[in-house]
Amino acid sequence: MASPLLDVRAIDAFYGDFQALFGVSLRVNAGEVVAVIGANGAGKSTLLKTIAGLMHPRGGDVLFGGEAIGNAAAFDVVRHGIALVPEGRRLFPSLTVEENLLIGGQSRRPGPWTLQRIYDLFPILAERRHLPSTSLSGGQQQMAAIGRALMSNPRLLLCDEISLGLAPIIVREIYARLPKIVAEGLSLIIVEQDIAQALKASAQVYCLQEGRIALQGAARELTRESISAAYFGV
Amino acid sequence: MSQIASKVEHSTRSSRIGIVLILATLAVLALAPFWGDRQTLRLLAEMYAFVALASLWNLLAGYAGLVSVGQQAFVGFGGYLLFWLVIVAGVHPLVAILIAGPVAAIIAVPVAALTFRLRGAYFAIGTWVVAEVFRLLASQISVLGGGSGISLPAAMVISMAPTRQAREFEIYWLALALTVIVLAAIVALLRSRHGLALTAIRDNELAAQSNGIGVMRIKLIIYVLVAFGTSMVGALIFLQKLRISPDTAFSVNDWTAFVIFITVIGGIGRIEGPIIGTIIFFAMRQTLSDLGSLYLLIMGAVAIVVMLWAPKGLWGLIAERYGWQALPLQRRLVLTPKENAGRKP
Amino acid sequence: MTEWLNVILQGVLIGGLYAMFAAGLSLIFGVMRLVNIAHGDLIVLAAYVALMVTQTLGLDPLTSLLLVVPAMALIGYALQRLLLNRTLGDDLLPPLLVTFGLSIIIQNGLLELFTADSRKLQAGAIEVQTFQMMEGVWVGALPLIQFIVAVAVIAGLQMLFYRTALGRAFRATSDDQAVAQLMGLDTRHVFAMAMALSLAVVAIAGVFLAVRANFDPSIGPARLIFGFEAVIIGGLGSMWGTLAGGVILGVSQAVGAQIDPGWQLLAGHLAFLAILAVRPQGLFPKVSG
Repeated sequence: MASPLLDVRAIDAFYGDFQALFGVSLRVNAGEVVAVIGANGAGKSTLLKTIAGLMHPRGGDVLFGGEAIGNAAAFDVVRHGIALVPEGRRLFPSLTVEENLLIGGQSRRPGPWTLQRIYDLFPILAERRHLPSTSLSGGQQQMAAIGRALMSNPRLLLCDEISLGLAPIIVREIYARLPKIVAEGLSLIIVEQDIAQALKASAQVYCLQEGRIALQGAARELTRESISAAYFGV
Repeated sequence: MSQIASKVEHSTRSSRIGIVLILATLAVLALAPFWGDRQTLRLLAEMYAFVALASLWNLLAGYAGLVSVGQQAFVGFGGYLLFWLVIVAGVHPLVAILIAGPVAAIIAVPVAALTFRLRGAYFAIGTWVVAEVFRLLASQISVLGGGSGISLPAAMVISMAPTRQAREFEIYWLALALTVIVLAAIVALLRSRHGLALTAIRDNELAAQSNGIGVMRIKLIIYVLVAFGTSMVGALIFLQKLRISPDTAFSVNDWTAFVIFITVIGGIGRIEGPIIGTIIFFAMRQTLSDLGSLYLLIMGAVAIVVMLWAPKGLWGLIAERYGWQALPLQRRLVLTPKENAGRKP
Repeated sequence: MTEWLNVILQGVLIGGLYAMFAAGLSLIFGVMRLVNIAHGDLIVLAAYVALMVTQTLGLDPLTSLLLVVPAMALIGYALQRLLLNRTLGDDLLPPLLVTFGLSIIIQNGLLELFTADSRKLQAGAIEVQTFQMMEGVWVGALPLIQFIVAVAVIAGLQMLFYRTALGRAFRATSDDQAVAQLMGLDTRHVFAMAMALSLAVVAIAGVFLAVRANFDPSIGPARLIFGFEAVIIGGLGSMWGTLAGGVILGVSQAVGAQIDPGWQLLAGHLAFLAILAVRPQGLFPKVSG
């Protein structure tokens, strides 16, 4: 089997003295969608932040395309081809919608994603391109945040709680666009509380529980019982 | 978890040893007129003034988070008020020192009303503007010599004490007493309910606010109290100098740069810091002052190095390493097995 | 009547200089919430750099800007990368105290190198050239150039902030440092660029200061205060506001000096305190959104 695109090897992550991840391992192959599920505080966001370079593992390492990036700074990780859609969108409020997208392309990696392609994917953004990003609705902000991440032409896109605080119909609309993104050859890690949505969108599932991988497997092979056991730790 | 009872203790073993040492040191210092020469007395009195000023600034910046670079406003105000009271109103110098405190506290209220509108670092520069305004106003007071300043008339100096030696002793003991009072007041304040609130504010202003602590009110109280003390110390400093001018009274170098240096080197946010810092500052001054401006340059560099690589100052390093504290301030949670601490209030 | 017109005009023109003091200060506060206490001393440093350049190369002061501006920008970049970036964080004290220490170092370093003697940059014939605006109202060529340069500097900064990739990076980093990093922005570099830009403006201000009047190593803190007052009068975060703030400060000082020479500085401070009392957000605060 070919070596995976992303290879997270037994990482330990800490907030000060508090350990948030215990020897977590995870692999993502090229073109694959992986879901990471788990209860609040299980360490899902910590895992994404560590992969994205916002935090650095104290033990273990992160390999991307065979290169160790565990100690790389976030701005450097983007240049390697990993982009994070942060929890809560976090668009830049001082920037217009289009400026938010343009700054996503700051790292100038070559690839298929251009301003025009983003507007094709989310036409509503083209209509609002010159408005301040604060004027967008929650769903539109999420689209802009995904677009902003895509502008760096990543090989791996990390999505942190895309559905958070959005109406189900909006969530479905956004998830409906994900296959178009994967079709461009991207790999995805989706962190979700909405398990059903995550399982539908992904091939592989990892379930985190109190900082440890409690369960992993192919999405269609996992039973509802095994997932809820891993999720709730019962 | 439920098998442990806890109580909050102020004192540690080192702090009990500390108190004995402090009392012994105080006794030695109080007797200095009988063992030291005039030079020593002058130097010690000057050191006491800096300990007091730095402790007050430490309370303001290190505990209340009000980083002022304009405390020279109150040093100079105290000095000028003393000279005005003595020369124009004929008040006895000692009484004038006592008056300087409350008057400065009253002045501090409108000053705070203006400068508190500025946040963080802008507050710092705002206080500096106020000090400049004070300096410019002082140079307009023609009875006190305007821009060139004035000396205390000999007759008034003699009225303090019949001989020069008696006057010098008097000022020395006054400086020691005032510093001890300022330090004791700060310790008492920090051990009070307000002190606890201050620590909470320092650790997390937002959390303190949401816990119903009137952050602004406490900051205002501290600002006014610090002005009270700073002004009295200022009055005493210029009584000792016997001469005042706008530039010396409102000097940002003397009353703010040096004071900040002392506090940072010694350890900001710690009561012992200013004392250690003053000793280091005077040791440096005695050995390096021949270098002139180069000496100030070194001082600035040392302050930067300490701020970046030892932000808790020298005392912070010592306290962390050995768990020392000279004054019983830190609250320690003492955990004891429940059966040994059965009685409950 | 024309006497007062002259006074106010002088005030307006010097206000341009104050606006340049303020713009550099406002810029770095906007990007990284840093208040640089050494700002005034850096202005004076720029004046001395210009002095050395004009003396050793025989350039006139305005031409010397071609060397002084990049030199100061370089100093700014290095200062931020090597020193000031270490001070940034949640705590207010480190940046404040480190720049305060820096201020003392620059002042005493200049004193050591150049003594306390007053210096001045000689600009030649242009210094005495004046135009008559109307009957009895005269304008010096140099103050006019200085004011026009100030307007150009502020217009340029405004454009850079809202029309260029660097400006976008400044605004994004100011909004959210962590996410800015996720965009591939090295915030340490962004901050250093902001400081370089600030000191480029400082360089221009320093040269005009040095041409206009005598300077010595001790005058920095007062320039910091003027810049700061202009920022607060104009309203935090607004570039054109700093110009208005500088002009108001300049006019207040000129009017004060006209009443009584001892009142020049006091009148400026009082104008600042009055605005702080009635309109603490400044006259032209940045409209959010």
